[in-house]
Amino acid sequence: MATSTPSARTDGQPPPTPDGSTGKGGAGRGATAGQSRRNILHRLDVRAVPYAFIAPFFLIFGAFGLYPLIYTFWISMHRVELSTMDMMEWRGLANFTELIDDERFWNALTNTFTIGVISTVPQLLMALVLAHLLNYRLRGSTFFRVAVLTPYATSIAAAALVFTMLFERDFGMINWGLSFFGIENVDWENQKWPAQFAISAIVIWRWTGYNALLYLAAMQAIPRDLYEAAAIDGASRWQQFRQVTIPGISATIVFTIVLSTIGATQLFGEPLIFGQGPNGISGGADNQYQTLGLLLYEEGWKNYQMGRAATIAWAMFLILVLVFVLQRVAARVKAGRPARAAKVTKKTKSTPSATS
Amino acid sequence: MGTARHRFGSTLSALPSRFPHGSPNRSPRRSPKRFPTLAAVAAAGLSLVLVAGCGGGGDTGEAKTKDGKTVISMGLFGVMGFKESGLLDRYMEENPDILIEADVAGDEQTYYTALQTHLAAGSGLKDIQGIEIGRAKELVDTRSDKFADLSKTPGLDHFLPWKSSQVTTEDGKLLGLGTDIGPMAVCYRKDLFEQAGLPTERAEVEKLWAGDWAKYVDVGRDFKEGNKKDKVAFMDSSSGLFNAMIYGDEKQFYDKDGELIYNDNPVVKDAWKLAADAAESGLTAKLRQFQPGWDPGLANGTFATAVCPAWMLAHISEKAGPANQGKWDVARAPKGANWGGAFLGVMDNSPVKKEAADLIAWLTAPEQQAVIFEKLGNFPSSKTALDIPEVANGKSEYFSDAPIGQIFGDAAKEIPDEQVLGRKDGTIKDTFSAGLQLIEGQGKSPDEAWKTTDERIKKLTR
Repeated sequence: MATSTPSARTDGQPPPTPDGSTGKGGAGRGATAGQSRRNILHRLDVRAVPYAFIAPFFLIFGAFGLYPLIYTFWISMHRVELSTMDMMEWRGLANFTELIDDERFWNALTNTFTIGVISTVPQLLMALVLAHLLNYRLRGSTFFRVAVLTPYATSIAAAALVFTMLFERDFGMINWGLSFFGIENVDWENQKWPAQFAISAIVIWRWTGYNALLYLAAMQAIPRDLYEAAAIDGASRWQQFRQVTIPGISATIVFTIVLSTIGATQLFGEPLIFGQGPNGISGGADNQYQTLGLLLYEEGWKNYQMGRAATIAWAMFLILVLVFVLQRVAARVKAGRPARAAKVTKKTKSTPSATS
Repeated sequence: MGTARHRFGSTLSALPSRFPHGSPNRSPRRSPKRFPTLAAVAAAGLSLVLVAGCGGGGDTGEAKTKDGKTVISMGLFGVMGFKESGLLDRYMEENPDILIEADVAGDEQTYYTALQTHLAAGSGLKDIQGIEIGRAKELVDTRSDKFADLSKTPGLDHFLPWKSSQVTTEDGKLLGLGTDIGPMAVCYRKDLFEQAGLPTERAEVEKLWAGDWAKYVDVGRDFKEGNKKDKVAFMDSSSGLFNAMIYGDEKQFYDKDGELIYNDNPVVKDAWKLAADAAESGLTAKLRQFQPGWDPGLANGTFATAVCPAWMLAHISEKAGPANQGKWDVARAPKGANWGGAFLGVMDNSPVKKEAADLIAWLTAPEQQAVIFEKLGNFPSSKTALDIPEVANGKSEYFSDAPIGQIFGDAAKEIPDEQVLGRKDGTIKDTFSAGLQLIEGQGKSPDEAWKTTDERIKKLTR
């Protein structure tokens, strides 16, 4: 608070003492009532206004973020049906213990994980390659950049519907294509791995371009001279990619991994539409592609058991928190290693890119 | 995470360097005094408004327009036919002081979820709400207090005997008036029957399976034997057969006291056995009705028969397309059964209760039900309407001029006089369909599939 405010000066007040004390000193030196009120206003301005500015976020967060979270937890302690939300029966933590004993939960958790892995890994790798290609000087680059983003702009429902038709057993285009290679019709929906693969295909298709653009933005922030220096040192394109580009965007890679993990945990729309109708809600006749999101939906909007649905919602929240904590711990452990002060090109070799 | 940050200055790490002289909210160089205070107050006020905005709302209670018309709002789903057939317009013409606002949701699942939420909150309800048969029991059990009692409506005896009893509470309160029902028959492809060396004439086909669903499956075996073209299955799905069998009896999954009896009910057991048998013997196309593959199956003839309630004819003729007109026909099912149907109820707190009740009494009267049958094919729930010439002599041009009025009318009369509904009927039916798919699609044994189905039902009704 060393600088005085111009407004205070125009009021004819002596500037506050230069020793760093606030306007308090001025008020203390026999100021009039009006002046002290002005000073209070001034302090209020400095102190309170920032809070008022950020208040909208916290109020909205409280109303739409925190309150639902707490209320969901409250519901998860009860047995309550949607049609009779006003009649709740206290169960304590019984819903949670039942959930842990429920094989459907573990099945859904496993499916969420496997679909998450087979969609996230290829998606991020392909995004990396795409971004690298887009990062070259090429004609019509804006067109390509917009083009990779179009799947992201498509609605999940439309995309999933199209893919459902492509993966249809009797008349789908993919089985039709496979038939030229002598492969019998694959029952994509009814078999576990084909179904999970088909759902992953929708996710990959939708999100690859989005991630590619994030990577591209990060890549463009890498100074050109680094590449020039690497080229002078005799690094090939591939070496440049591995040792300049990847380390340069490692923070973004971590960011996309976190985003994709959250997305994968909440995977819902794609499998729901892929299954169509009652099968979509239960994730296939054998629950072969039921994700946690679908299990939540089945309990809440098919069985109308809001208490159990809320329990699953909270379990998903806790899983995400756990993943986040693990990631922080891993990052901290990594940062604790001496790899910290690496120098430009040579040393990056010894620094594994911080992707994990 | 941080190793590369300072060397390359990625976009994400640019932030901290923007305020080199410390935190940005300290020591503003110039502080235009009034503005931030005002803005802050305004911002805080705005957020309060935003927060408050999500409360309130609900019933308008406004029952009159500016020119003095009484407004009746309706919440409907799917193709219930009142709007589509022009009946609502006709009612408004005949009653110029009434304005009907019908809100039609395409999907019943979405509609019912919203209805439940509105019922629980006690707001947002229309004056008239549609009720699907699968939801009737739940509403009777849990929400009868929210609906107006219609049992005093004059002239109710024209309904089929079981229709009104499905929405009557124990103390005799009637929550809704019946719209359509879903008597069942078998739709079949004449050309495919001919290929397999089976008779194609309606009367002869009916005789093949008259009286017993097991005979229908036997015909399927003959069809498979006679049709060497592997790609054509006898029936679309085993769950269609299962539905037709259980809905021919007065009880399915629950008894009258609301106890689950599917495990001991011989009707369910027999239906399961026969449907599982058909599934295991490869008589089905392994499809799910109304799901992907079924529609192109109808158009391309990948199966020869489908058990069809009256309301399904419209769907079949639309999806199979004009190219297949005259190839399809409708034959009587071995046993009459009912699948589906709906009701219209009036909300007890509606300001126009009387007018709304008059409207639905008119809409569900025999003459109007006959109009909807004629225009859309939804089959009347009114016994009187069955004898109205438009219904009794109703024919379907698409289905080889089949006398559908007669066929479905006979089926409707065969339906047992009592139909016991249960709270989770719809969900349990879906679970059984999934169970049959375990046999068809996953190659599980019927015993194994029954066990899984049983466990699932126990979990969902717990």
